[in-house]
Amino acid sequence: MGGDSKYLGLWFVAPYVLGLVLFIAFPFVASFYLSFTDYDLLSSPEWVGTKNYEKLFTRDRTFDKSLSVTLTYVFTTVPLKLVFALFIAVVLNYRLRGINLFRTAYYVPSILGGSIAIAVLWRYIFADTGLMNMFITMLGFEAINWFGEPGNALFTITLLRIWQFGSAMVIFLAALQSVDKSLYEAASIDGAGPWHTFRYITLPLITPVIFFNLIMQTVQAFQEFNGPYIITEGGPLKSTYLLPLYIYEKAFKSFDMGYASAISWVLFFIIMVLTLIAFWSSKKWVYYAGDKRN
Amino acid sequence: MVDLTQTPPNTSDALQRKLKRRAKISATIRYSVLALIGLIMVYPLIWMIGASFKTNAEMFSSPSFWPKEPTLQGYIDGWKTSTPYTFGHFFLNSLWIIIPKVIGTAISCTLVAYGFARFEFPGKNFLFATVIATLLLPNVVTRIPQYLLFRDIGWLDSFLPLWVPSALAGDAFFVFMIIQFLRAIPRDMEEAARVDGANTLQTLIYIVVPLLAPAIISVCLFQFMWTMNDFLGPLIYISSVDKYPVSLALKLSIDTTEAFAWNQILAMSVLTLIPSLTVFFLAQKYFIEGISTGGVKG
Repeated sequence: MGGDSKYLGLWFVAPYVLGLVLFIAFPFVASFYLSFTDYDLLSSPEWVGTKNYEKLFTRDRTFDKSLSVTLTYVFTTVPLKLVFALFIAVVLNYRLRGINLFRTAYYVPSILGGSIAIAVLWRYIFADTGLMNMFITMLGFEAINWFGEPGNALFTITLLRIWQFGSAMVIFLAALQSVDKSLYEAASIDGAGPWHTFRYITLPLITPVIFFNLIMQTVQAFQEFNGPYIITEGGPLKSTYLLPLYIYEKAFKSFDMGYASAISWVLFFIIMVLTLIAFWSSKKWVYYAGDKRN
Repeated sequence: MVDLTQTPPNTSDALQRKLKRRAKISATIRYSVLALIGLIMVYPLIWMIGASFKTNAEMFSSPSFWPKEPTLQGYIDGWKTSTPYTFGHFFLNSLWIIIPKVIGTAISCTLVAYGFARFEFPGKNFLFATVIATLLLPNVVTRIPQYLLFRDIGWLDSFLPLWVPSALAGDAFFVFMIIQFLRAIPRDMEEAARVDGANTLQTLIYIVVPLLAPAIISVCLFQFMWTMNDFLGPLIYISSVDKYPVSLALKLSIDTTEAFAWNQILAMSVLTLIPSLTVFFLAQKYFIEGISTGGVKG
């Protein structure tokens, strides 16, 4: 674009820069500052040094519980969701008639899954005399107390997330379809079975997409709010009290903005460390084929 | 993955038949697995629709989705809500949040993506790195100061906190998605337009935007559905019931309806899903394309 001032492009990105400064950069720095203060919205923030963090790590049993529940939730939902999404994508990646119908059926839950309506539905499905227990008793088993037992309650919100595997699946499917078919033919001539073909050809070629899905799903899972807020309300015994719920209640119910900021920085720090580990380790397992993908 | 057309000529008919049979068995297994899982996945939704036409008593007595005596009572009672407003009022609120937000997103993200994809300017690499960083940045860490900011400028209990960040290309995912689309579009036509004397803005509007249409449509659709589903944003910023979008209205109906009025709540839940479902079925291919481009080519 010869002749243009070298600042022309800046005009186009100006809205983004403005938004970045106002709604991302400034709040980011401000929340770090707030995490070292006491701030109840009535008087101005009061500097308290590392008091909030000390309290978090030494005296806050709710935080311990919430952190461990969050980690359990993330480390079960993310792998299960990805494995399931990849499995279905592999099964779908085959010249079958009606493949689009199936793809749609699997994708719909991830479009609706985050909504309050689905959370409401979940709450009903797992109610004492809800759909799930009707099926269970029909099969001759004893009804399960889904929301009364800590492990069961966590299971219901975990299941809600895995149910939404469709978006990850669509991304996997697109990657699978871009794998060069001649590689499969070569493998088949060399006598490779389906498992070997998958393990040594397909899997390495789609590692960039596995990496992408892994990061996005992890960042999202750490921020899950609607499910536990509506379905289990964090209970029973805080067994589904994920950190975003704790932050929300500290900030917007007890108006303890400083303390809530400190929790959100701990959550941010965990996500950042895990993301960095993923990026660092990706050199060892993510395979980039000289950009030969379409 | 056996290609039958390329079987060497010396292969016997028996082997060919065996391969064919194996392919058939494989297809059957795949279909069964897909159909079974698909049914389990979709059944809760189908059941939900059926249940919204049931009486409350029937809802807790039969796992079948088909109502024995179909009734609209759940819809009629649910629509009235326990507030002075009908559910239609909350639908209009949702729409009033969504439309400006979607328009703002589409315009700002297109401008910004065009700037990144087609121009060199000082600080470009740094700014592009911030797009990626924002993509990964958990909202939770910026939420509290954002709230304080909106409080200080007097925007609480209005739709502005929901509109304005999006109108400033705040959703990095969409910027990134359009950049990915733009990178795949050759620049020839834009250069030809420039030679013919079109200025940058004209080139963008008359040449680039039509080529980008599928990407922009994807962005609008995703933003529509995400906003329809958004709960935490309105929960924090909207406090008067008369401004509630449907997500907050549903939560309110759980809190205020007596425990046995599940049919009303499910009926209203079904209604809130209809806009997203309709949009999805009308424009499926844009969703699939959008999500594949954003993800795969990243």
